Amino acid sequence: MQLLNKRPESLLDVKMHYCPGCGHGIIHRLVAEVMDELGIRGRTIGVAPVGCAVFADTYFNCDMIQGPHGRGPAEATGIKRAKPDTIVFSYQGDGDLASIGMGEIVHAAIRGENITVIFVNNAIYGMTGGQMAPTTLIGQKATTCVDGRTAKQAGYPIRMSEMLATIDGATYIERTTVHTNPGVIKTKAAIKKAFQTQIDGKGFSLVEILSMCPTNWGTRLDNPSEATKFVQEGMLPVFPLGVYKDACAADKK
Amino acid sequence: MAEKKLWKGNEALAEGAIRAGCRFFAGYPITPQNEVPEYMSWRLPQVGGAFLQSESEVAAINTVYGAAATGVRCMTSSSSPGISLKQEGISYAAGADLPILIGNVMRGGPGLGNIAGGQGDYWQATRGGGHGDYRCFVMAPNCVNEMANFPHKCYEVSFKYRIPSMVLADGIIGQMMEPVEFKNPEVDVKTLKEPEWALGKCEGRNKRIVKSYDLKEGGVEIMINERVKRYDRIEADEVMYEEKQLEDADIVMVAYGTSSRIAAAAMKIAREKGLKVGLFRPITLWPFPRVRLAELAKRVKKFVAVEMSLGQMVQDVQLAINGRADVYLHAKPGASIITAEEVAKTLESISKKEAKEYAAVK
Repeated sequence: MQLLNKRPESLLDVKMHYCPGCGHGIIHRLVAEVMDELGIRGRTIGVAPVGCAVFADTYFNCDMIQGPHGRGPAEATGIKRAKPDTIVFSYQGDGDLASIGMGEIVHAAIRGENITVIFVNNAIYGMTGGQMAPTTLIGQKATTCVDGRTAKQAGYPIRMSEMLATIDGATYIERTTVHTNPGVIKTKAAIKKAFQTQIDGKGFSLVEILSMCPTNWGTRLDNPSEATKFVQEGMLPVFPLGVYKDACAADKK
Repeated sequence: MAEKKLWKGNEALAEGAIRAGCRFFAGYPITPQNEVPEYMSWRLPQVGGAFLQSESEVAAINTVYGAAATGVRCMTSSSSPGISLKQEGISYAAGADLPILIGNVMRGGPGLGNIAGGQGDYWQATRGGGHGDYRCFVMAPNCVNEMANFPHKCYEVSFKYRIPSMVLADGIIGQMMEPVEFKNPEVDVKTLKEPEWALGKCEGRNKRIVKSYDLKEGGVEIMINERVKRYDRIEADEVMYEEKQLEDADIVMVAYGTSSRIAAAAMKIAREKGLKVGLFRPITLWPFPRVRLAELAKRVKKFVAVEMSLGQMVQDVQLAINGRADVYLHAKPGASIITAEEVAKTLESISKKEAKEYAAVK
């Protein structure tokens, strides 16, 4: 008998706290599968954020650190520069990365830090209960914009991948989604390429992954298609998928 | 005798840290401590270490938080406003039991204040500064030679008890030049054992987690109570102070850092006038030498805190004395220089019973 599928070694057999329909569980598994396939688990250090993925430090089967909100890229920088022979990834949500941690992510990219960032964009603050995020869509309701986000009052959603791609220090930037099966497969390929970029010493890599948050979007928990529809019809037009920067082939000095 | 050389305070602090094994530094420019990152930027690579000029004070402390988690001896430094920005990171380091070294070359505050040397960060340094229940090991040098030699002790305590430590200096000590003798043998980092909590390669062992949280009911209480046991050991074993002419003293000045030098000059003036004045200098601000002060208060009945602030350390003096003697205060805020003559006048008025006690209740 042949075992066709199993839990990745890089993911521990613990009960996750994520809500039904949440994308974090899928994304955790993809990161873990990539760590297994690249054979890097034994030398990888992960940085858990503040936000829904705060407990990622207990889920991944590698050394992990949990630190202040938004500072993952700074922590990852310190780890990587202190121990250059480790593989370092920072796992962050959109409040963590695109709001309070905007400075750290931009400057990590500017420096071309040889780290990998997994950026989960679900257009809302999850852990704190559904407040407006920097990526919340115009018209999208949140607990701090109950009638929907307006540009006049709160400005526009930020497109991080597009912005970071303008930075010379960034090597590989791609936006993917996990709301469809092909999206999941493409996301895994992107995560793998991002880690490979780091393994090859080529510099800063980031995968922005559009993900579902049925609990805080107010979509039905017993009908996940409502949430995937929101990604498809709401988020995709604002956050188009694709590779925004790929300088892996270029000789970076 | 070892060689003595002229060093600038900030550079002595940086070199002292490197000789004590520092191999990672992240910082951000702020006066009057700029010589620390400047020196580190060229010196650390010479010893195989890493230097990073961060985009902000916040990024600097968090980069050090990450580096420290790998077990490396690391450091960040700043001056008052920058140290305020670092407080969240310091709180996390304390909560995650990370042994980081922080240099604070104090200037005048609050706000942007000024860039002269002051002592207004005493409360911030000794009371935690950031959120939550925690302590930092705080040493206060009063000369360039101590700037050079204190990092050694800080790392020793930091790694032994897993606690952040701070060298609390001021702009005067940071900027002046004095003879320095590096007294401790240079630490060979290759001989340092990797701590059993350090992050790195988990191949062949269980994974490790560096974190400051525990959401289980009572979880953080357990974490803190375990830490308090270490704090207790530090209070018992790591207190440092210096005493001058206490044998016959009727009045004892309590002063740290730059103020202690001014107090020493004031003591000379006062003694020439026939006043029996002594000087007690806390070297560790936390743990504060309260046991020794309480002991002294059995005999000495007048203590006066001398500090370049609105009066911060005086509260620790008062707590230690606990009513056993009178406590007075000679203080000047805003990074203004206290003169020996002014302090001598205060001493005279105390001896003539003209001075008002600190926080006297009428």
